[in-house]
Amino acid sequence: MAREPGYKELPIGGLILEAGNAIRYKTGGWRTYRPQVDKDTCIECLQCWLLCPDCCIYAENEKMEGYDYDHCKGCAICAKICPAKCIRMILETDPRGMADERGRYHSKSKNSSSVIDSKR
Amino acid sequence: MNKVVALTGNEAAAEAMRQINPDVVAAYPITPQTELMHKFSDFVADAVVKTEMILVESEHSAMSACIGACAAGARVMTATSANGLAFMWEVVYIAASLRLPIVMTVVNRALSGPINIHCDHSDTMGCRDSGWIQLYGENPQEAYDNIIQAIRIAEHPDVRLPVMPTFDGFIISHTLERLEILSDEEVGKFIGAWKPVHPLLDIAHPVTYGPLDLQDYYFEHKKGQAEAMKRAKGVVLAVGKEYGALSGREYGFFEEYKTRDAEQIILCLGSASGTVKSVVDGLREKGRRTGVLKLRMFRPFPAEEILSAIGHAKSIAVLDRAEGFSGLGGPLFPEVRSALYGRSDAKVINYVYGLGGRDLSPEMILSVFDDLEEGRITDREAVHLGVRI
Ligand code: SF4
Ligand code: SF4
Repeated sequence: MAREPGYKELPIGGLILEAGNAIRYKTGGWRTYRPQVDKDTCIECLQCWLLCPDCCIYAENEKMEGYDYDHCKGCAICAKICPAKCIRMILETDPRGMADERGRYHSKSKNSSSVIDSKR
Repeated sequence: MNKVVALTGNEAAAEAMRQINPDVVAAYPITPQTELMHKFSDFVADAVVKTEMILVESEHSAMSACIGACAAGARVMTATSANGLAFMWEVVYIAASLRLPIVMTVVNRALSGPINIHCDHSDTMGCRDSGWIQLYGENPQEAYDNIIQAIRIAEHPDVRLPVMPTFDGFIISHTLERLEILSDEEVGKFIGAWKPVHPLLDIAHPVTYGPLDLQDYYFEHKKGQAEAMKRAKGVVLAVGKEYGALSGREYGFFEEYKTRDAEQIILCLGSASGTVKSVVDGLREKGRRTGVLKLRMFRPFPAEEILSAIGHAKSIAVLDRAEGFSGLGGPLFPEVRSALYGRSDAKVINYVYGLGGRDLSPEMILSVFDDLEEGRITDREAVHLGVRI
């Protein structure tokens, strides 16, 4: 890893002079519970996208396309707000099951029978 | 050109603020500062300054508004006293650590309780570790001069720290004295145009103020702050010299009054030094080699310079107008003694005086010089000068 800057090299007062650099600060490690979304019951209302305090919901072509796990802190606001109740929170230590790397799974698909059944 | 006027300390401070004409002032009234802001509000109401005056609901809000305005890109000033300063505590630290060059006059008053509105230094001594530069003024003249210089010191690129010019409540704030003031043009030219650094309102260059700063960076930011405080010494001297060339009144870290050949020296801050000087004059006539070192700058602490100025004395009394509750006396004492430790043979003793506005009489000062000369007092314990037993 590169050497961190010394005190003379830093902007004074703890200021951050570069806009948008929080993306480089990965907060996903803070998570205890991980959200997962069932894309078979999701109604694409995008309320989760609107309310996630960390902008961790991917929305593409007006569809909810899973999670940015590098930054999602596991606060569960998305799960709480989801009107279709299709977001669940599973312990970070649980296996990922059939969900993909963005946390999407399909409860109605045959192949998804082994999806985790944690209740949270 | 100096103009001779008669003003109280508060009026002199308000006059300095009028001439500085800051962009934003956020303040809340508290005795004995109230009159200062009252006077300045007149200037705002009469539109003789272009200042945006923010009237807030508390001192915590006053300093918070000052921080916001200064970060946004404004030249900012305020003033307070005693419990007002105590109430803004957490944000006083934040102003310094964000490196915002705010100038806040503090009209010294005893902290409650029991509630008291008169002068001592418990308020500003309480925030000696907050990262603000502190300049103590002896009289309305110095109150005026210090405030003008404070702007230059605070905004200097090597410093970028807030400055707290202070003067004694009532004794100075409400006493009419003769002083000389500069013209508005001279003050304007001396302080120069305000140049904001990383202002929030510069939306083409977005910047974040006050982000979370954890184990990996906080220490470096504190080190930077400590170094800026050290650099402030050179800037205070340079600004004091330049101000001297303009006004005829040069300023340094302290005033040396008959100390060069003195065997007994009193070191003190603020209005007390005037009384000590007059006692020294009387003693000199009797051939007693006494002197006074009036400390102007308490933060940063000019330890080396104090050593060279008074290290030759036989005995030194440090007068503290605040009790430190350490069991060892006031806050000024340990710093002076550390400055001399191992490098001077002077015996250094501590007197706590004037708490809650108790007068410091010439007789009391005389008794201190007698103590010093006769070696009556041990250096193990502070004397509470003038307290009833
Ligand atoms: S709130 Fe629920 S239903 Fe709406 S888009 Fe998000 S996951 Fe789908
Ligand atoms: S758990 Fe919280 S942080 Fe993570 S996606 Fe949901 S709302 Fe965002």
